[in-house]
Amino acid sequence: MIPADLSGIQRIIRRNKRRDLIFAIFGFIALLIGVLTFLALFLQMAFAGWERLTPEFFTSFPSRRAGQAGILSAWVGSVLVMLVTAVSAVPLGVAAGVYLEEYATRSLVTDLIEINVTNLAGVPSIVYGLLALGVFVYAFGLGQSILSAGLTLGLLILPVVIVATREAIRSIPQHIREGAYALGATRWQVTRDHIVPYSMPGILTGVIIGMSRAIGETAPVITIGALTFIAFLPESPIGPEFPWLNFEWLKSGFTVMPIQMFNWTSRPEEAFQQNAAAAGFVLVLMTLAMNAISIWIRYHLRKDIKW
Amino acid sequence: MVGNIAMRSIDRPDRQAATPTAASVAGAPNAHARDARSLPDTPPVKAAAENFSFYYGQFQALKSITLPVYEKHVTALIGPSGCGKSTLLRACNRMHDLYPGNRYEGAIRLLPDNTNLLDPAVDPIEVRMRIGMVFQKPNPFPKSIYENVAYGLRIRGEKSRSVLDGRVEEALKGAALWAEVAHRLNEPAFALSGGQQQRLCIARCLATDPEVLLFDEPTSALDPIATASIEELIDQLRQKVTILIVTHNMQQAARVSDFTAYMYLGELIEFGRTRQLFVNPVRRETEDYITGRFG
Repeated sequence: MIPADLSGIQRIIRRNKRRDLIFAIFGFIALLIGVLTFLALFLQMAFAGWERLTPEFFTSFPSRRAGQAGILSAWVGSVLVMLVTAVSAVPLGVAAGVYLEEYATRSLVTDLIEINVTNLAGVPSIVYGLLALGVFVYAFGLGQSILSAGLTLGLLILPVVIVATREAIRSIPQHIREGAYALGATRWQVTRDHIVPYSMPGILTGVIIGMSRAIGETAPVITIGALTFIAFLPESPIGPEFPWLNFEWLKSGFTVMPIQMFNWTSRPEEAFQQNAAAAGFVLVLMTLAMNAISIWIRYHLRKDIKW
Repeated sequence: MVGNIAMRSIDRPDRQAATPTAASVAGAPNAHARDARSLPDTPPVKAAAENFSFYYGQFQALKSITLPVYEKHVTALIGPSGCGKSTLLRACNRMHDLYPGNRYEGAIRLLPDNTNLLDPAVDPIEVRMRIGMVFQKPNPFPKSIYENVAYGLRIRGEKSRSVLDGRVEEALKGAALWAEVAHRLNEPAFALSGGQQQRLCIARCLATDPEVLLFDEPTSALDPIATASIEELIDQLRQKVTILIVTHNMQQAARVSDFTAYMYLGELIEFGRTRQLFVNPVRRETEDYITGRFG
């Protein structure tokens, strides 16, 4: 009903504002549920594992005695596997995303590829594990190695990187592209000098989101045969001689943080539960750190990009 | 347009159906285009559309346009929205090639070499390297002022810092921007005002010495002061380069151009010297448009 006088208008404003407030409260509660759940889990792990978070915990191999067990092989394994994941997924994902956005002409085929890529992001990770077991471990003969695990997780996050790349590229206004083409730039020059640099913040965000997912993945890594108890480190990636790089570590057996955690939670002794909590706490910190880095990078890159 | 009627009765031109260009355009079907040869001191032709038609998919946006562009003069394209003036301009550097489903017919020739810019055998990149374009909205790259101007040279393979420095300075001076940015060449281009950004985009084109400069409503996103500075700049540039400008502002066309083409619904309705076209249009449609009775 349309108000006839001032008090009518004020009544309607009051009513509308009440609805405003109701949604604000609902939204805030929804937010709290998420945040508090995470916080509760995180703090519980922190309290449960607090005593175990000593420097030795990070520098010790797993052990039959809970008090001496550490996560050295697990965190080193996680870092190395993530390295392979990033090195394999980023160039492939960015190239595929750039190709789909800047090079491919729209057709039935590219539409199909597009739908497929989006769907791939939703495929359960265990399926990637099975695929990798067949392809990387046996067909390619890469064995139950860091390389296999890294490539598997790389495959897992590839769709995320592709989608993030495409989204970032799409946010570049068309008139920036046209400005470059109008000067006589080739497609590759436009891609190299404009598209990729300007979409970098978005791409990096996608990469880190993918990596934070990959670092917590357990199923595919177990499927390809990660070890659960490992008391040695892979060879150092830095060699003693020129070119100071060593790739032997790629072939090494390994374990990763979530597997180490899983291993400990399955033990009956209380002390190992404590270890698991401490490892979980470290894993969450690793994820948070990655996210923090991505936010920082994004902020710094975006400062210089404006249209 | 005061005095319009009176003047028209004095120098009513001959209405012969004729070709608008001196040498290159033959057999123009556009009977309404004014014969520029009938005017004294016609400059040499730099570029010419010949029976040029353009299609967005099934839709024919331009219908057999025949139009000369004279060397080191400013030619303005005017007409209501959707008349095809921007489409014609963007065809001149093959921007339509970037999008699928577009089709050219006829020719746009660039003289003196008589290259048909629309020929599929002619690489669009070659066309764009010869013809610069300034867009409606200032579109500097999110890079430094220096890198914006140097970019055209960089993609041509120029690496020498001293050559780049010299050309960047020259181009910025040519675009009347040097005095304002000389001390901050490494600052990001988006820190400049809208008018400065547009002059930066002009400098970006000038750095590579284009034969023709295309302006696509270059001041429609700018305030009146910035607009005046761009118009002044266009006035200076005509001594060095051939200019084709699309504008929806008739006063602007009258101020900056030597020749004007009035387009409507994809057709070239009338072409002539700017003064003549505004003061004494041949066609009734042109007169209605420029006197504000229509459009």
